[in-house]
Amino acid sequence: MTATLVEAPATDAAPAAATPVPVARAYRFELVKQFSPWRTRLLILACWIGPALFVLAVSKQSNLPSDTLFGRWMHATGWAGPLMLLGFCGTWGLPLLTSLVAGDVFAAEDRLGTWRHLLVAVRSHRRIFAAKALASLTVILLLVAGLVASGIAGALIAVGNKPLIGIDGHTLAPGDAAGKVLLAWACVLAPTLALAAIGLLGSVALGRSPMGLLLPVVVGLTMQSAQMLPLPVPVRLALPGYAFIAWNGLFAEPQQLSPLLIGVAVSLAWAIVATALAYLLFLRRDFTNLTNDGAGRKALTLGALPLAGVLAASIAIIAVSSGATGSGIDQDKVQRSLATAFGHLYRLQEQQLHRPAVTEAQLRTTASCAKSEGLTAQEGPGNDWRCTVTWHIPGVAITGQAIYQLDVTANGRYIADGDGPKEVNGYFLVQTPDGTAPNPLWQFDGNVDLLPSH
Amino acid sequence: MELTAAVRGHGITKCFGDVVALDRIDLNVPPGQIHGLVGPNGAGKTTLLGLLLGLAVADEGRLEILGTPVGRALATPEGVAGFVDGPGLYPALTARQNLAALARLRRRDARIAEHDDVASALDQVGLTDVADDKVRGFSLVMRQRLGLAAALLAKPRLLVLDEPSNGLDPAGKKHIRGVLSRLAADGTAVVLSSHRMDDLEALCSEVTILAAGRVVFCGPLSKLSAENRDLDYRLRTSDPRASRAVALDSPGVRIVESCDAVNRHDAEVLVVRAQVPAMDELVARLVRADIAVRELAPVVSPLEAAFLALTEQEEAA
Repeated sequence: MTATLVEAPATDAAPAAATPVPVARAYRFELVKQFSPWRTRLLILACWIGPALFVLAVSKQSNLPSDTLFGRWMHATGWAGPLMLLGFCGTWGLPLLTSLVAGDVFAAEDRLGTWRHLLVAVRSHRRIFAAKALASLTVILLLVAGLVASGIAGALIAVGNKPLIGIDGHTLAPGDAAGKVLLAWACVLAPTLALAAIGLLGSVALGRSPMGLLLPVVVGLTMQSAQMLPLPVPVRLALPGYAFIAWNGLFAEPQQLSPLLIGVAVSLAWAIVATALAYLLFLRRDFTNLTNDGAGRKALTLGALPLAGVLAASIAIIAVSSGATGSGIDQDKVQRSLATAFGHLYRLQEQQLHRPAVTEAQLRTTASCAKSEGLTAQEGPGNDWRCTVTWHIPGVAITGQAIYQLDVTANGRYIADGDGPKEVNGYFLVQTPDGTAPNPLWQFDGNVDLLPSH
Repeated sequence: MELTAAVRGHGITKCFGDVVALDRIDLNVPPGQIHGLVGPNGAGKTTLLGLLLGLAVADEGRLEILGTPVGRALATPEGVAGFVDGPGLYPALTARQNLAALARLRRRDARIAEHDDVASALDQVGLTDVADDKVRGFSLVMRQRLGLAAALLAKPRLLVLDEPSNGLDPAGKKHIRGVLSRLAADGTAVVLSSHRMDDLEALCSEVTILAAGRVVFCGPLSKLSAENRDLDYRLRTSDPRASRAVALDSPGVRIVESCDAVNRHDAEVLVVRAQVPAMDELVARLVRADIAVRELAPVVSPLEAAFLALTEQEEAA
């Protein structure tokens, strides 16, 4: 059954071939959409102003957030603020930001019912995916840049550009600290990208479901919670969020780069695989049926199984290549780490007291640690590590000794709490010729390299 | 002069799993024609519109759009625009921003041209006054108009619209009809899906009626009326009692005593059922009997009657 063609006052020019819109223009279109909601604008504003205000406020408090890494040094240097912020963002901030941006970028079109409009306008699934992924990345980078810039600016204004005390107690010059702070933030971009890719995958695979939006937060928090568990080292390092912790190693001397590089590589692998899966799922989606938002058991299986494969492969590769087994925390490592940190901080205390400078070679600091008073295996995390630190004072025949109670967490971080003698680590403050100052030996942070030392 | 058809489809079949959404559909739409697409829910209208917009590909059959064979999704040539299942608009943007973003997406022209195009499209659909308001606050009617403006921005040679006058008030409908008529006069082919028979009758020169994925009618509206059997007509005369007698006496005319569409308390109105020739004869007899005919109109439009009859037949089959 056909209709008859009739004369009509139309021009009969040949139609242009179907050419998809270039990615650059689709990207610009996505950016317009990304920046148009108030939610995004507020988020950007919060990221560019909030950290500065937060760091300024915390820096003015008498009680510093000593449970957060570098939090106890916030009165000493402006470079501690952005690192304290980085610790907080790794747990909460960055998973939340990636959720709000990447987790919603595809689902928003489902919610607004604009997929068909977009497809007709752009004419390429591939280019739509590329544009959306790039736009999400742009917004996330803008937010992270805001967190870094604002955090640094606020902390430097509040406290100033002063030397930073590293995770093992050694002192970093302001320039060195600045470089490493920026490097640490750059390193956490890798796990942030992994979460963003998981957000894209959730947004494609779960459609309108709120779980699509929440997936990066759920994954991020799950990974962080997993880091609190006594997992074997290869499993711990194979989790995509490990780089949120491993940046600590940049602030040790020598730097603990292996865990950081492994963490970054694993995160990037997750980012690539999750993005590829999101891409494939997106290309497979049938947009002719409006009730189908792409969600389904098949989509979930296609999304989840390859990532489980990446996790398994990462664990195997790390286990074989590093030879790491168990918790990675043993007596020898704890003793060496504590002795190193104490040696560095003792020298800092000597400087505070205006005493003659000593070298670590002169101090010959050692530590003797026992877990559960030697009644259990001398390895693994726990708050039952008790250590005696011994050092030599130049020109004095006797050796100094100090007791520390260590709370070692499963990821290798510990807090050493001074337990006497009171002249060394008994008081929070020390009397210096310049007045009172926080006693660096009273309580300090340290870090155990979980990988075997070769 | 031989013109390239805006749409030339033959034997188009589209299945979703076991469901046959379109079953060997033929569709030809010349340039400048407003072609109506009508059918009950699930008849395949949206699927067909989706094929025209390039959102999907037919499993079987041949489809040419603006002279270009379409073989894969999103391969429809330039010059096709429109929307299905409502216009796609971004509520956080203003009407102008929505169109400007779309214009920049489609063209790399200078901003001046883009600005003019956007202003013109907004003006055509009567949204100039609210151009800088967020779409979030727009009513359904305004969204429909803006969706049409977005389609006009592409300067389409084939415009595909799904329920464009959905929710429009009489003035809005008149406005949209004017826009579409002007486009058609300029050579743009319009394929229009609607449940509103008055729209289709006012605009379309041809219609395709779909039922259960099949074409049950395709052709001019006049042909549809002729093909259909009896229609109910509302007849108001100067003498209802005498009119009733004349009608009862007329061959091929029956009086309908109960009709939902007519006010039962209106004693002056008579509902008769007949074909067009029989109605012509009835009117002649009324005139000869010196009875004034004050109103004569189908109770339901010929298109609606045909639609109901044909789709019911198809469903029964």
